[in-house]
Amino acid sequence: MFYREAGDFKTSYEADNQTFPIKFDRYRYYAVLVIAFAMVPFVINDYWVNAVFLPFLIYSIAAIGLNILVGYCGQVSLGTGGFMAVGAYACYKFMTGLDIWLMQDGEWVRYALPEINIFFSVILAGLVTSVVGVLFGLPSLRIKGFYLAVATLAAQFFLVWLFNKWSWTYNYSASGQISAPERTIMGVPVTGAETAPWAAYLFCLVFLTLSALIARNLTRGMAGRKWMAIRDMDIAAEIIGVNPLKAKLSAFAVSSFFVGIAGALFFAVYLGAVEVGEAFGINKSFLVLFMVIIGGLGSIFGSFAGAAFLVLLPVLLKNTLVGGLGWPTDLAAHLEFIIVGGLIVTFLVAEPHGLAQLWRVTKEKLRLWPFPH
Amino acid sequence: MKQKLLTAVTAAVMAAGPALAELKIVDTSYRTGPYAANGIPFSDGYQDYFTLLNERDGGIGGEMINLVECETGYNTEKGVECYEGTKGDDSLVYQPLSTGITYQLIPKASADGIPLHTMGYGRTSAKNGSVFKWVFNYPANYWDGASHAVTHILNQNDGDIGDKTIALVYHNSAYGKEPIRTLEKLSEKHGYDLTLLPVDHPGQEQKSQWLQIRREKPDYVIMWGWGVMNQVAIQEAVNIRFPMENFIGIWWSGSENDVKAAGERADGYKALTFHNLGRDYPVYDDIQEYVVDAGLAAGAGDQIGSVLYNRGMYAAMLAAEAVKTAQEMHGVAAITPEQMRDGMENLEITEEKMAAIGLPNFGPEFTVTCENHGGNGLGAVSQWDAEAGKFELITDYYQSDQEIIQELVKEDSMSFAEENDIELRCD
Repeated sequence: MFYREAGDFKTSYEADNQTFPIKFDRYRYYAVLVIAFAMVPFVINDYWVNAVFLPFLIYSIAAIGLNILVGYCGQVSLGTGGFMAVGAYACYKFMTGLDIWLMQDGEWVRYALPEINIFFSVILAGLVTSVVGVLFGLPSLRIKGFYLAVATLAAQFFLVWLFNKWSWTYNYSASGQISAPERTIMGVPVTGAETAPWAAYLFCLVFLTLSALIARNLTRGMAGRKWMAIRDMDIAAEIIGVNPLKAKLSAFAVSSFFVGIAGALFFAVYLGAVEVGEAFGINKSFLVLFMVIIGGLGSIFGSFAGAAFLVLLPVLLKNTLVGGLGWPTDLAAHLEFIIVGGLIVTFLVAEPHGLAQLWRVTKEKLRLWPFPH
Repeated sequence: MKQKLLTAVTAAVMAAGPALAELKIVDTSYRTGPYAANGIPFSDGYQDYFTLLNERDGGIGGEMINLVECETGYNTEKGVECYEGTKGDDSLVYQPLSTGITYQLIPKASADGIPLHTMGYGRTSAKNGSVFKWVFNYPANYWDGASHAVTHILNQNDGDIGDKTIALVYHNSAYGKEPIRTLEKLSEKHGYDLTLLPVDHPGQEQKSQWLQIRREKPDYVIMWGWGVMNQVAIQEAVNIRFPMENFIGIWWSGSENDVKAAGERADGYKALTFHNLGRDYPVYDDIQEYVVDAGLAAGAGDQIGSVLYNRGMYAAMLAAEAVKTAQEMHGVAAITPEQMRDGMENLEITEEKMAAIGLPNFGPEFTVTCENHGGNGLGAVSQWDAEAGKFELITDYYQSDQEIIQELVKEDSMSFAEENDIELRCD
């Protein structure tokens, strides 16, 4: 009934290769875009943006980034929190005017770049993170699997330590916190306390849409095929002419780019002030990794699904248990862990390949429905 | 099925809307996670006091108090969610009990026009009311605390600590870093050597820090810890046989839950405080009668009279007094957050007021003004008596080194004002 290609004829190679080859699917995709861009901004308030949409959008970007590395290229990484921190701190430095200290005649002289527009600060933050990601990706050329996970874990701890220790990164503030001053795009504030809910939402949505488009097109092109070849069997990939150095490092670069953007938005738009140990600790690395695993390795849709699952479910549970049923908050908080944990296990037992696979199976079934034979 | 579930959830969320709030007070508590041991007693005290007012007096000035609790887990993301979820319907004041969450909320609450009371924590320079219109941190702040500790050490050494070494063991976060600048300034003034020993969140791993203390043998250790970090630090100090009377914690590192785990050898551990301890106050009889015996006590009801319970109750008392002040100023019972702020800014705590409440001699007297949102900076030192199982005050209240602190407050708040284009008030 649904999702049927019958009657949906393609006359060109491009048309056959598009992301959503089935008409129904494509229209649904357009509808989601229209709703997200043209309708949601008019109806959301502070609570929906800050508790639901911003975390969902930002974690989706991070999950897309990590999915490229873990899901497509098969390189396990536990450094996501650290890379997000790089994005956040880089964004902070760019948006407040990067200062450089040079030694002149025996004393330090401060030179500062002008403050960069927040949009470009975020992108630059992504680029800085991708450089750092490549550096920490170098060991992946020699070590694999769990051993690589441990190496990236070192990146996580090192980076958090660095941003605590190196006072230049937080502009020498006494508390070691970085806080985002108000920055505007065409006169509309997108960071700082005066930000309208729709502005923060749209700003992150634009980044998410761009990230998803880029990631989708990279992963189904030459680069993505190389990554997947490395993931499936690196020796075989090398024999058919995939350069593992380039493939692995490019995966680290692209992945870190998205993770860096997520970190920058997380700091500048969502929280507004962060301290590195609390906001970008090891828990963040695990959270994003869980999103990728639950959502589905090697699937862009899976990144969205995983982020939604782990961001929205706790909020929904909390509102239902505390707000709806009036339970004590501590009981609800403990139950939340149990329920979310239980659901993760249930979902993974039901479908080890994550929510994305569940969705794929559903689509297959819908395609045949109501005549499954 | 799906439709039904959706309806049920929607109905549940709709039902969550509070019955029109009279005086809405939000308690952003944490009863879970590594900081729960400290979060629970504070929250219990905070809630019980408001329950007492509701049960005994019918609220404040005839208006009932609607207390809303929200669990943050000491986590900034959840803190933001709590704030956004509860700020509607004229929430009067927030007491986040977390320096990290405070930093998030200062710009947000200022933009929304909701006062923050960060009692003895948060951003110290919020003391300068001409920059921070919506933030209050009376009666004392971190820099006062740092100075209290140093003054106490000075008093013990007849005013000369030029040859002493002091180590600061601190939570490696905005909270723990707060006192560093003050301690450095004071070290210039008094000539002691300062060693900094950061402990990472959540603070269970402190072996290397205490090994360093054991090796370098500082004369005094000052601690800025919270949650599980306190218990671990005190245990480690006991393990290396550090003389406990030379170990001084900030007021957030001095509750029964922190020292009990270390047993008898924690005896003599010192902690600062800005209010009195114990439960020998008339108000506790009322709490017993109207709250505990009526089965309305918050949490498990087993924290009553502990240090942090007292502090939570003290915070609630200060909030209630600010409400009263606001009601008198504006002549209305159902005040708005804006009016609450006026009440806080004109709050005056006198001995008569405290005695009338049933808390005679409980805390220092202080007055809040437009310029000074931080009180007078009075504090005292308490000491743990392991045998009796309680902390006891061993000094009178004394003032911090205002000369140095005022200068630092001014410097820090002015740079905040500059960064954020804030116009100074109070002229």
